Amino acid sequence: MNAPKSVRASAPVPVGADGTVRTEGRVADLVAAEDVLLFVNAAITATGQREFRSGAAEQQLSLDFLHTYVRVNYRRVYAASLALDINHHNAALIVRRLLETAGEASPGELRAEGRLIAARLALLPPPRVYRLFGELRRGKVNNRRTRAIMRDWLAARPDLGHDAVKYRAGLKTVARHIHLPCPEGGGPLAEVGAFLFRPGRLPRYEHGLLDAWRRAHYEQGAVAELPFTVAEGFAAKHGMKREVFLKRAAPGMTRLERLRTQERRAAAGRHGAPAPKADLTVMPLTRLALYVLSLGFEQRAERRAELTGALRAAARRAAGGHAGSWGRVHAVLDDSFSSSGSGQKRRRPLAVALACHHLLEVLAAPGAYRGLWTSGAGDALLVRPWGPTPLGMRILDALEPGADGAAPDRLVIVSDGWDNAPEGLAGEVLRVWRARLDPARRTAVVHVNPVYDAEGFAVRGLAAGVATAGIRDAEDLPALVEIARFAEGRTGTTELYAYLDRRVARFTGAGGEGGVAA
Amino acid sequence: MNRLELTGLTARPSQVWGGVRLVPLVREAPVEGLRLHREVYEGLGAGIVELGPRARYVSYIPHGLVADWSGGDGTDPAAGRRSAAYGTQFGGDDAPRAVPLPALPHHRMARRRPGDRLRFLPLHLALEGYLALHFGGPSTAWEEWSRTALRDGLSPRAEDAYLGRSVRGLADALRIFEIHPGQCGVMVYVSDALAAAFVVPHPDDYRLLHASLVEDLYGELVHQYALYGAPVPRVPVRIGGEEHIRDLDGLRSAARAQERAWARAHDTLFARELLDSSYAFDRVYRMGSFTLWRFLPPFVRDSGGQHIGETITGHKGQVAYLKTFRLSDAQIRRGHLLRTLAGADWELDRAAAALGSDRRELVRRLRAAGFSALLKGGVRDCPHTAENRRKPR
Repeated sequence: MNAPKSVRASAPVPVGADGTVRTEGRVADLVAAEDVLLFVNAAITATGQREFRSGAAEQQLSLDFLHTYVRVNYRRVYAASLALDINHHNAALIVRRLLETAGEASPGELRAEGRLIAARLALLPPPRVYRLFGELRRGKVNNRRTRAIMRDWLAARPDLGHDAVKYRAGLKTVARHIHLPCPEGGGPLAEVGAFLFRPGRLPRYEHGLLDAWRRAHYEQGAVAELPFTVAEGFAAKHGMKREVFLKRAAPGMTRLERLRTQERRAAAGRHGAPAPKADLTVMPLTRLALYVLSLGFEQRAERRAELTGALRAAARRAAGGHAGSWGRVHAVLDDSFSSSGSGQKRRRPLAVALACHHLLEVLAAPGAYRGLWTSGAGDALLVRPWGPTPLGMRILDALEPGADGAAPDRLVIVSDGWDNAPEGLAGEVLRVWRARLDPARRTAVVHVNPVYDAEGFAVRGLAAGVATAGIRDAEDLPALVEIARFAEGRTGTTELYAYLDRRVARFTGAGGEGGVAA
Repeated sequence: MNRLELTGLTARPSQVWGGVRLVPLVREAPVEGLRLHREVYEGLGAGIVELGPRARYVSYIPHGLVADWSGGDGTDPAAGRRSAAYGTQFGGDDAPRAVPLPALPHHRMARRRPGDRLRFLPLHLALEGYLALHFGGPSTAWEEWSRTALRDGLSPRAEDAYLGRSVRGLADALRIFEIHPGQCGVMVYVSDALAAAFVVPHPDDYRLLHASLVEDLYGELVHQYALYGAPVPRVPVRIGGEEHIRDLDGLRSAARAQERAWARAHDTLFARELLDSSYAFDRVYRMGSFTLWRFLPPFVRDSGGQHIGETITGHKGQVAYLKTFRLSDAQIRRGHLLRTLAGADWELDRAAAALGSDRRELVRRLRAAGFSALLKGGVRDCPHTAENRRKPR
């Protein structure tokens, strides 16, 4: 139960006991480090959804292969990646795979994995966890350890009554799967048990939400007390007017629900009393960028002050202690047609670029930031995904000295890596520039890529010497840049594994008290 | 006029997806005074065109183009409304949407609309020109020609083409293609063979018509190349002579040189067969200072791809609109045979001499090309009958 063991021990080519590394071992070590970075980048970006250039099935197939490959070859790294900023889809996938193949791990590994899984589950959104538990049930993964993990997660839920109403099917599945004792008689758990398994027996519930659910069947007033997703069904059943219902349900909505229904409620507000507006300043940066991009050009121009203010505030919050510490930063941001994403990830790459634009502005020293869009657009608020990707020329523009006549300290490129006007020019420019004009590496170049390339099993890079990191939410940028360092090939694998160890220790230390023992 | 003048159009770097390479063509400034609009026909694209009193053209015709040389920008709703005719409905955004009854044929390939507008059926105009090549049949009643040939000519004449959707990879390549600012055209290469060229006068028109490429017709060769061909190698640029680069400006000019090199390479290497051929132009319609033509290639064999097509040119001959169709080898052969026969007044021996072979070989070739019905049953390519029937003198 002490700090987890070094993940390096899981590399297929073992390092000698005395610490000496043979030459062929070093090569294998490099390959291992590359695999790890490949997987981490994929786990950050890929969501198994349709992308601009590949379908959902291709993405899932490709991701599935990577997961199996890394799990079999580098099991500890596979588990340790739960401590990184990977996306929810991959986190759930990793947890499932780890629990499915628990037999392949040693007891020590199991303990470390259990702690990581518990810490990650605590961070995942509940619908995601309930879906994961449902998959485990369908996969017939039912052992003492899995049940304990589920039980502990349920025990940490603040209000099971709320879950019973909102995630009724999910909670019921879990309760069945882990044999959750729901005694008859008094107590909150008994009531939840009665609600799930013996509905309609009790004349009324002590728990407010459970009772509201009961009353909502015949009383419109009770509908607004329920969580929004549940209330929507009842509203439809009662034939309530959408605008009226939205206005009444607004106080009970989650942050995102409020943002999603904002336009609809604004339309209702035009006729009657002004609807309560979602507080944009508390939204996470990338979400906010997505919302801004979903608005029309007129609306964006009209609400310029409000939107820009909210974006800046979110960026300042995301930057935290890093604000102003990056020196002169120049950025190349991709707003080509491919940044429109797909029907499932609408405008996601562009939103990431927009969010990065604001975040970098905060991270850079005051007044030392310059962001260049590939289309040549000057107004960040009015960007649209259109046109080709002349990345090479824009990089050249970005390498020009800034206002104070000095070369930038950092060059950040946010792009899906498909440089097509002409193809490969960006890589060539960076290569020649590094070889001829900046051999001393005064300027650090990092490429962040929001799109997983299913065919290449990785995020698409630009040039050999440029580190490429996957990105999902712009908020993670400072952490990603740290990882991208390892991809340049100048820092050794030892550092990479040490870094992973540090992240794991911080992660389980912060959120994993009372870790689940096997 | 016997060449295509693509002056004013610059090739920009190509975008490759699988076996399909799309080369954008960009205009510095749009062509003044001409706009194209699309009108969509219902009935799943089944279309009949009345060519004359006795001739009909039947094909898949999903849409037509309306050329407007009235000088307006084409967004004037009144201009759209003027084209309203029988069976026309208006779409949500005031776009005219022709809905012909299935039994009601299109009248002619190109037809004047009220005002300065001309409706024509893209690609079918050119294909009909190819199908109608010496459609009347033998001009002199030599005894080898059958009675059908003398009475009806080549009718019925049919050629095969493939819909863009069935050309593998084309739909995806068009979907993910990133349209350049000011782009007025595109060259479609399949397995690096030129499949089609498409040029319009205005970038806004191009943006609307880009997706219509997938509903166009493509030759058999294009379909086969797409089906069996390997992905085209992407050729990323290389900056050579890097040891001479000393500052950012040097690097920038090296990068610019790469862009220019590509444009030059495209015109001389990729599109040479289209631009360097001489065509037989046939004027279809004159609209103000613009002229709508269709053209046929020289039908010479073994000289790479041969393209038929239609074009609208300005008064100096520069191309404002262009759409081409790549003929398959069999189609080139047929065109070549018909041309030679017509040149020899349909006299078999003279035609054979022009082809540098003998009568037997010519008959065999005619039959192999699908023109058996033109010849009398008795005319054989076997020696004894050929010996018996000498030419009538």
